[in-house]
Amino acid sequence: MNNENVRPSREVVLPGDLLDSGRLKPGSGAYAVDGKVYAAQLGIKSVKSNFVNVIPLGGRYIPIQGDMVIGKVEDIGPSNWLIDINSPYPAPLHVTEVPWKVEFGDTSRFLNVGDTIMAKVLMVDETKRVQVTMKEQGLRKLQGGQVIEISHSKVPRVIGKGGSMIQMIKNHTNCRIFIGQNGRIWLDGDIDNMMVAIRAIRMIEEGAQMSHLTEKVKEYLDTAMPKSEPQAEGTN
Amino acid sequence: MGGNSNVKLIDDNGIRIDGRKVDELRNIKIEAGVLKNADGSAYVEIGKNKVLAAVYGPRECHPRHMQNPAKAIVQVKYNMISFSVSDRKRPGPDRRSVEISKIISEAMEYVVFTENYPRTSIDVFIEVLQANAGTRCAGLTAASVALADAGIPMKDLVPAIAVGKVNDQVVLDLNKEEDNFGQADVPMAMIPRTGEVLLLQMDGHLTYDEFQHALELGTKACEVVYEKQKDALRRRYKVENEEAPAEAETQNQEA
Repeated sequence: MNNENVRPSREVVLPGDLLDSGRLKPGSGAYAVDGKVYAAQLGIKSVKSNFVNVIPLGGRYIPIQGDMVIGKVEDIGPSNWLIDINSPYPAPLHVTEVPWKVEFGDTSRFLNVGDTIMAKVLMVDETKRVQVTMKEQGLRKLQGGQVIEISHSKVPRVIGKGGSMIQMIKNHTNCRIFIGQNGRIWLDGDIDNMMVAIRAIRMIEEGAQMSHLTEKVKEYLDTAMPKSEPQAEGTN
Repeated sequence: MGGNSNVKLIDDNGIRIDGRKVDELRNIKIEAGVLKNADGSAYVEIGKNKVLAAVYGPRECHPRHMQNPAKAIVQVKYNMISFSVSDRKRPGPDRRSVEISKIISEAMEYVVFTENYPRTSIDVFIEVLQANAGTRCAGLTAASVALADAGIPMKDLVPAIAVGKVNDQVVLDLNKEEDNFGQADVPMAMIPRTGEVLLLQMDGHLTYDEFQHALELGTKACEVVYEKQKDALRRRYKVENEEAPAEAETQNQEA
């Protein structure tokens, strides 16, 4: 998803707008009729190697294989949990996909309804049946902290180019932050610092389409956290 | 409809009771994204009609038996608020609003790429705040803007407008008096680019030639409404478009 290079052709398109007549193929958010490509979704036009895509400005999160997400346990079965990943589809988490050894029927000892977890989308089939896994390094139950929700289409902005934006917020506020592709963000740290981090994220969400956003957020962080020395102890 | 056609609704100069010409639309105002809680919303005024539409979803389909494993379903609820007409409208669904919900749902299901979201439901709520003939067209117009605002993939926006016959003349966009005392009312919705008709009903009688003329008038008017719809959405997303960044990196972290 490196769309840094498409800067010149930023243009809001609406469903039914003609994107290209002939040369290019329809990518995501676009469809073709009689060799002409039209937008299927409200979003921003982006052309990438023979494909016209529409980067959506809104809409619900639809899971894609490999996405890191933050989920909430919705229901417990004897050999699985049902995870709400902020999408139209509930995602089962099977006991074989967690890092613990779970006896049949013993699921509630490990995760209970209301718990928050970091998970990865294991697979999504064509009828959008989703499965998530926690069997990967770094995936765990999230204890303490706070979860906030933003629109999933703003997630790339919050992360920033190469993680620059989120790194900056982490350094300034000394919070532990994890961003799920589904638009949920988990933060943990000192309560006041956390509030500053949340406000910074809200700022990014509102001004997602502005340029020089990084500078503006940095300005805010500098005023909100005057005495913070970046790179205090472990920013992790 | 079929009421007293002795009422003079068009004067000798061809001017209607609200001062319009026979092929003139009422004032149209469309605004997108007016409700914060909804995934997408729109507010439409066509003359004295005031209609609000909200879209939720795609979301898990309830009741379960209605979900389709191959595609999403579009559920529409058209409702007239009790104070929307001069006689209090008895609240709740009735024969008329069930019918309108159904035809709007069918029109929307045709344009939305429902196969992208199997087993889900896209819920559209249309509330008529003030009615003055042509609310189903206003409702459909609003619903389609709200769907686009919700980021739902669809073929195109759908404008809708009514044509009719009053005092033996084919007229565009009937108002309440013309609807009540006119001879025919033909609401229609179409995709202007392809000419596909998504909704076409007729109440009353038209000759073949009148009908052809009515369709022609309606088609032209749909194009006007279509531009208003696009303009509403552009206005809503313009601020965000003014400056141009696109730095993004989807990969995740946890340092």
